[in-house]
Amino acid sequence: MDAFFALGQGFLVALEPTKLLFAGIGVLLGTAVGVLPGIGPALTVALLLPVTFKLDPTGSIIMFAGIYYGGMYGGSTTAILINAPGESASVATAIEGNKMAKAGRGGPALATSAIGSFVAGTFATIGLAFFAPLLVQLAVSFGPWDYFALMVLAFVTVSATFGESPLRGLTSLAIGLMLGLVGIDILTGQARMAFGVPELLDGVEVTTLAVGLFAVGEALYVASRFKGNPEEIVPIKGSLWMSREDWRRSWRPWLRGAALGFPIGALPAGGAEVPTFLSYVTEKKLSKHPDEFGHGAIEGVAGPEAANNASAAGTLVPLLTLGLPTSATAAIMLAGFQQYGLNPGPLLFTENPALVWGVVASLFIANAMLLVLNLPLVGLWVRLLAIPQPWLYAGILVFAAMGTVAANPSVVEVGMLFVFGFLGLLMRRWDYPVAPMVVGLILGPMAEAQIRRSMQITLGDPLVFFENPGSATLLMLAAIALLAPFAMKGLSRFRAAED
Amino acid sequence: MMMSLLARRRADKRALVMGLALIVLAIVVERDAAAQTVASTYGIGPTAMPIAVAGFLAVLGVGHFVAAFRDGMPVPEHADGIAIAWIALGLIALLLCIAFGGGFVLATTLLFVVTARAFGRRVLLADAAIGFGLGVSIHLLFSKLLTLSLPAGPLERLFYRSS
Repeated sequence: MDAFFALGQGFLVALEPTKLLFAGIGVLLGTAVGVLPGIGPALTVALLLPVTFKLDPTGSIIMFAGIYYGGMYGGSTTAILINAPGESASVATAIEGNKMAKAGRGGPALATSAIGSFVAGTFATIGLAFFAPLLVQLAVSFGPWDYFALMVLAFVTVSATFGESPLRGLTSLAIGLMLGLVGIDILTGQARMAFGVPELLDGVEVTTLAVGLFAVGEALYVASRFKGNPEEIVPIKGSLWMSREDWRRSWRPWLRGAALGFPIGALPAGGAEVPTFLSYVTEKKLSKHPDEFGHGAIEGVAGPEAANNASAAGTLVPLLTLGLPTSATAAIMLAGFQQYGLNPGPLLFTENPALVWGVVASLFIANAMLLVLNLPLVGLWVRLLAIPQPWLYAGILVFAAMGTVAANPSVVEVGMLFVFGFLGLLMRRWDYPVAPMVVGLILGPMAEAQIRRSMQITLGDPLVFFENPGSATLLMLAAIALLAPFAMKGLSRFRAAED
Repeated sequence: MMMSLLARRRADKRALVMGLALIVLAIVVERDAAAQTVASTYGIGPTAMPIAVAGFLAVLGVGHFVAAFRDGMPVPEHADGIAIAWIALGLIALLLCIAFGGGFVLATTLLFVVTARAFGRRVLLADAAIGFGLGVSIHLLFSKLLTLSLPAGPLERLFYRSS
């Protein structure tokens, strides 16, 4: 009941004209970057961090959340119309969605993904409002050892469990952790890994790393493979309205997608890819028309699209209640909280309820705005795809330069942007995931602070991590999550040998 | 059969390079930690985490050596080195503009033109105009609306005098 009351208060905050404006800008930007291939919500929020530094914290965070949700909507448009998913979360949508568009059913495909996103996003946001207070109650009793164990679990799942190669994922994480060491040690005031460069004493800026890896790295990568022929856009044919048959076949996948996306998004399972693919496979299994899969089955669009929006809301549960990011976008949003001196976690719910509940309430509003923006106006968004790629990427680089230079106009900072950009290129070419490095940079110093706090409380007894039921369970889960991919690889090799 | 398998499993060069790089990083982190002088009185000090990270990096380096002789790494597509060089040039121009006070607008104009060139465009003047316009509008947005300052050069000073 308390949550209900708090959410009502949140709506009072979220319905203020300025907050509505922030939410509106957020969903517009989010949809635009979702539609444009190559830039996603994580990069956009990273670019906006220095810009929003002096703005109202609640408004800015409402805007970031709007960008996150908007990116999930916009990504589906690109996936359906040009078979180039704007986000990894839309890969599953592209499989059936592009087939539907080519068969002249692009309208219903876009409609089912927008309405499905709305339905799932709304249910998942209700879930967020309901579960967040429960998790906060649990988190109040968490000791530093529990937080440390939780972060170890997040490290492992983000880098090793769900990636293609645990070795390359962990390498990306390790380099992120190493970058997190740079700067002055909080407890003793000593400089670490600064090599006598004064600019490095403040540490490596999350913005610089994210912009370098995501924006500069992506631009270099696309340029290196650019052949001058633009993607073919399938024009939207047919009515945007779904037939009664389409509705009948869509509503169950929407609900199932929401049911898969929300909990998996809330777990440290590395973002939206897992639930979208699970949803796709589930729909394929349950469908009455399995023969249509691969030729444009509407269930294969409805389910994954619902799942990716629900997982975006799910991601916000651990972010708001524990301060634990489980996707790249959430990691950057955490940096957004930190730039205002706010630390997400149980304390934030008691210290600044207006902000937390205002953000939650604004998600409902953002969802409704997105439905309006995406259904009737989809034709406008598609025009964005007509921007020539040279200008698009040149513009992205200009904004990347802006973000870095606005935060800190120094040669060292721009030099780091340069280095991280080429690192991003190398990682894309050699197939190393980028997100674990950003998570490592953000969570590494936090994990170190927690482990040192634990050791101070227990006077240096490392057994506390195993004697405490909470941290012991979490560390055990982390160990399983680390070993599982190797075990499964061994298993599949065994099977391959048997064949 | 056995011979062809062995031939295929010649060491993967990229994995070896990465392994070596990781070992070097591990040594750098460890050396830096070893140079620390202040230790905590109780609990764990500022060197514990760097040493753990160094160990982690070293283990991953060895992991890459093992991978080099087993599965290797995915083979990347052919890359257009000239396009990469153009963008690198643009970033260096940005760096020089910051270092020698060339200002933000000049830097973004250069970066825009050169990136468009990397993507195969050769319409220099039009691109320069777009880059310039973008730079000026961002600069105005920052200085007037957000009251944040971007580095100013001769172009920006000219602009303020006239406005």
